[in-house]
Amino acid sequence: MLEIKNLHARIAEDGTEIIRGLNLTVKAGEVAAIMGPNGSGKSTLSYILAGREDYEVTEGDILYNGESILDLDPAERAAKGIFLAFQYPMEIPGVATMEFLKVAMNEQRKARGEEELKIPEFMKRVKDAAGLLSMDMGMLKRPLNVGFSGGEKKRAEILQMKLLEPKLCVLDETDSGLDIDALKIVSEGVNALRSPDRAIVVITHYQRLLDYIVPDSVHVLYKGRVIKSGDKTLARQLEENGYAEIIGEAA
Amino acid sequence: MNVHTSQSRTPAETALIDAFSERVGDLPGNADVAVARDTALEALKIQGLPSRRIESWHYTDIRTQLRSVAPFDAAAGSQPIAPLIAGSTVAAVSNGATISAGQVDGVTFEKLSEKLADGTFAPALATRSTDDLIGQINAAYVTDGWHVDIAEGAELETPLELQNLQKSGQSHVRFPVRVGKGAKATIIERQYGGEGEAFSSSISQLTVADGAEIVWIILRQHGDTSVQFCQFNAWLGKDAKLTLFVVNAGGKLVRQEVHVLAKGEGSDFQLRGINLLGGESHTDVTMTVGHLVENTTSTEIVRNVVTGRARGVFQGMIRVAKIAQKTDARMACNSLLLSDDAEFDAKPELEIFADDVACGHGATVTEIDQDHLFYLMARGIPEKEARGLLVKAFVAEIIEELEDEPLVEALEAILEDWLSAHG
Repeated sequence: MLEIKNLHARIAEDGTEIIRGLNLTVKAGEVAAIMGPNGSGKSTLSYILAGREDYEVTEGDILYNGESILDLDPAERAAKGIFLAFQYPMEIPGVATMEFLKVAMNEQRKARGEEELKIPEFMKRVKDAAGLLSMDMGMLKRPLNVGFSGGEKKRAEILQMKLLEPKLCVLDETDSGLDIDALKIVSEGVNALRSPDRAIVVITHYQRLLDYIVPDSVHVLYKGRVIKSGDKTLARQLEENGYAEIIGEAA
Repeated sequence: MNVHTSQSRTPAETALIDAFSERVGDLPGNADVAVARDTALEALKIQGLPSRRIESWHYTDIRTQLRSVAPFDAAAGSQPIAPLIAGSTVAAVSNGATISAGQVDGVTFEKLSEKLADGTFAPALATRSTDDLIGQINAAYVTDGWHVDIAEGAELETPLELQNLQKSGQSHVRFPVRVGKGAKATIIERQYGGEGEAFSSSISQLTVADGAEIVWIILRQHGDTSVQFCQFNAWLGKDAKLTLFVVNAGGKLVRQEVHVLAKGEGSDFQLRGINLLGGESHTDVTMTVGHLVENTTSTEIVRNVVTGRARGVFQGMIRVAKIAQKTDARMACNSLLLSDDAEFDAKPELEIFADDVACGHGATVTEIDQDHLFYLMARGIPEKEARGLLVKAFVAEIIEELEDEPLVEALEAILEDWLSAHG
């Protein structure tokens, strides 16, 4: 489903190279964890997948279902089923959460040539999804993410993911800022989305999240490259020994 | 050989001044009104059109910007339009003449032309000052308008809509409105037209008696060939409350002046301005609020969305008299620039003679937040729609303050129409 080939990318503004020859393949149905120390390029990778313009791909390609997505803008990628759960979801005053959800769902449907959702059907879907994530509907009456706690923002991201039904989910440090109860709820939300036709990329600094979202594969990112791949035991090994050992092996 | 000095008349000045001798025979009014008209025209002749050297017109140089004046056109009349809020009581003026007025308990509509003819309106034609261009032009040429009386204690359930329709040509009208003690009403001043070249002036004169509460919406929907000079003057009695919304959504060259005097203790004035500026337009909102007695309050918030090569101006002056202790006055002007060629000039001023007051002002200029845009697009919302949501967010906050659902929805629809045309 996702093939990243020899990807090189830099910050558009100052030319700093962040991703330096990254290779990664994630199949449909797979949950892949990307781990790495601070500054290894994890968040940059998530932004590049979503199509943020602040980064420039200088070499290599990103294939999604066999097609390059490099020329697509963020909205086009989203309509094709790519979803990024942000590490720091934006607070947008003045944009009502419900209206945002409705516009996003309907714009994606429109892009795929599907009919717009009727209001009652839309409301039902939101209510069901919010219930599963233990979210209060009152929260959704507020402007988008405004005044939400860290945990509420992460839940709201998973709510959006659930409603938009993407095929490739990229979760950027979804565990940061979550207490253990919120972590469980969010993980259950993610696990419920696991399916044979959906791939999930979990970007995380710590092993903790992977106790709840058990990955099929684990990839260690360092200086903009995947330096080691393995199964879930690799995450355990990292937790026990830190990154130094693996970085040493790769050097 | 022509000798040009700085005093040489521009074509627009010539058109404005010369038309008087042709029009004067048809203008309503007794001898007092005639004197007031002559006085106003004389002031216009002496002052000419203000240039940037006149402080109150510094950012709107009419001498340079007003290239021509649409001539009077007897055939430019039109029918009333559907009111902004269904069920409103409509009183309409078209091409400078009253055409219709609805009926509602507690409200009296009278034709201004009759009050000019019998001279009762003559004192109200006095201009504000030597730089009062709008007052001068309007006093010289005013033909008609609706004179509205809202009875003491009347509480209107549906809005009054005062329509000033000018599809092309030229007109000059006034809307004097007197609100009796303790009355409550929502009044919509609809400045509508400009399908062809148009030049118009309109002055509203509102007196709010003790304890009355008025929500007044000025909604301008004019085409890009329309020049409009408007003035809104209000006097607030004891414990009177006025909320004024100015929504500019069109016009080529627009100046909307707002002059409010808080004359009664406990009075409150709220100004909310929404300027939606596009194309090559120039729109100027100039406000003065005078706090004349103790314990009065005012808040002015203006939000501007500017795109294309449009230019906007907000001049806001809060004056606090020496005896007006405990005044609380706040002013903010926030602009969102959507293009590199868009411009907004804000000039907030405080003139405070009292020593125990709370006054402040602030102005900001921003662009669309790229992080916000990315977030919305990452959810599949195409760029144009995402920008639209963010622009709407910028002004919706102000609109929602109205807490009047039909009004909020109607203004949001205006905003969406504007966005789809200019986004």
